[in-house]
Amino acid sequence: MNWEILGIWLGAIVTLCLYSFLYRDNPFYKFVEHLFVGMSAGYWVIYNIENVLIPNWWQNMFPPEGGFNGIWIIPGVFALFMIARILPKTASLSRLSLGMIVGVGAGLNMVSFFQTNALAQVKGTIFSLASGGVWSIFSSLVLVVGVVSGLVYFFFSKAHTGVVGRTANVGITILMVAFGASFGYTIMARLSLLIGRFQFLLEDWLPTIPRLLGLGG
Amino acid sequence: MADFYEKLGNLDRRIIFVLIALSVMIPIIFNMVFPNPVGAEPSRDMFDYVDALPEGSNVLLSFDYDPSTMPELQPMAEAIVLHLFKKNINIVGMALWPQGASLGQDAMSSMADSLGKVQFEDWVNLGYKTGGGVMIVRLGSSMSAVFPTDRDNVPWSEIPMLRSITNLESFSLIISLSAGDPGIIQWVMMAGDRFGVPIGGGCTAVSAPTLYTYLQTGQMVGLLGGLKGAADYETLIGIVGGQAVRGMAPQSIAHVVIMLFIIIGNVAYFLQRKKGGVK
Repeated sequence: MNWEILGIWLGAIVTLCLYSFLYRDNPFYKFVEHLFVGMSAGYWVIYNIENVLIPNWWQNMFPPEGGFNGIWIIPGVFALFMIARILPKTASLSRLSLGMIVGVGAGLNMVSFFQTNALAQVKGTIFSLASGGVWSIFSSLVLVVGVVSGLVYFFFSKAHTGVVGRTANVGITILMVAFGASFGYTIMARLSLLIGRFQFLLEDWLPTIPRLLGLGG
Repeated sequence: MADFYEKLGNLDRRIIFVLIALSVMIPIIFNMVFPNPVGAEPSRDMFDYVDALPEGSNVLLSFDYDPSTMPELQPMAEAIVLHLFKKNINIVGMALWPQGASLGQDAMSSMADSLGKVQFEDWVNLGYKTGGGVMIVRLGSSMSAVFPTDRDNVPWSEIPMLRSITNLESFSLIISLSAGDPGIIQWVMMAGDRFGVPIGGGCTAVSAPTLYTYLQTGQMVGLLGGLKGAADYETLIGIVGGQAVRGMAPQSIAHVVIMLFIIIGNVAYFLQRKKGGVK
């Protein structure tokens, strides 16, 4: 038994079963869909035990060189609190764990997120006007006009009439261009995945058929 | 004629699927390769930055993706690893996504074998660590505290190339190959803006428009966006007939087919509306 060829064949059969949905819903697609969900769940449970719980928690509590570090009981208890949601009576305990996760996340991200995604972006928009040649200044003007008119479009405290309305129209045009670019990139991404599958089917799977039939290759 | 456009407007979607499939299959079967000119794009910025790094520099390469985005990101990973090895730059690999560690191992070990690079002297794979942005902040103070061993449980102290590395500031560049969250944004936020380490990256085409904003502000030194970005990098480092470059022919033909359908669909819609069939 050649395990590599078996793996390629399984991959090809599963791929074809999934793509059969494009014709219409059918039992082959349903089977593979359920197989995927089931295998993913099983895989991630084991993967998280092996790669998250054991190295980050268990081995800190019971170091390989021996001994016991009791402080690591606390994160273990918090992890159990998360599972407590299963029972209605103990569900409220999970709020303690969730509160800690949200608190740490918010505290850590508050400054960094604001610095990276607000201050630095505003700075980039303001200072881009003052640098570069003619093309760069034109590009910066488009950027500034786009940002301001886009923000005006989302300003609902004043009716979109007159100057405000015309500015909002420029804003929605800029937004449409941005959505168009995003849509184009999304098409490219999805096609890349399709190309990857076809490269697998045509370049990896098809050549195995003559080999299996004993026709060389 | 109007009937023709009406029929076109109600075209069975399966016909479109077949045409898209053919437009992808035919270029692959006939091994068609289109020219891939690279202009003044973020992928060239990325190449130039890596190319200007001195020999012996340390680069942190984070494989933040899984097999679902391999067609876009694995060719990038292989091209970047090849470029870094050819420049004699040390690679420290790691992953914010669990399966990224294995994919990174594939990219680094295959290139290392072909170029005679030695594990633990020229490259190392630290593996996956959970935590995303929180973990990156910790890397800023101590790498060995987060990764006491590499992916194969070899202790940090026994890996020669890691002796000069203490924290994120030991790296000349951090490159994240990212399929989403956690990924490039966390590296920019927690490593780039906080510790001042230059950040480069490669991403799926879906997330590229979001990340372009970090280029304009100088928060990133370069970006490879989707299969086109991977093809650009392969072209720039001189790979002939690489996987991404070969993928650009089916990509381009399928795009033309989609554009034709968009045009035909709009023409059919407006003709029907003119006739009064659509309101």
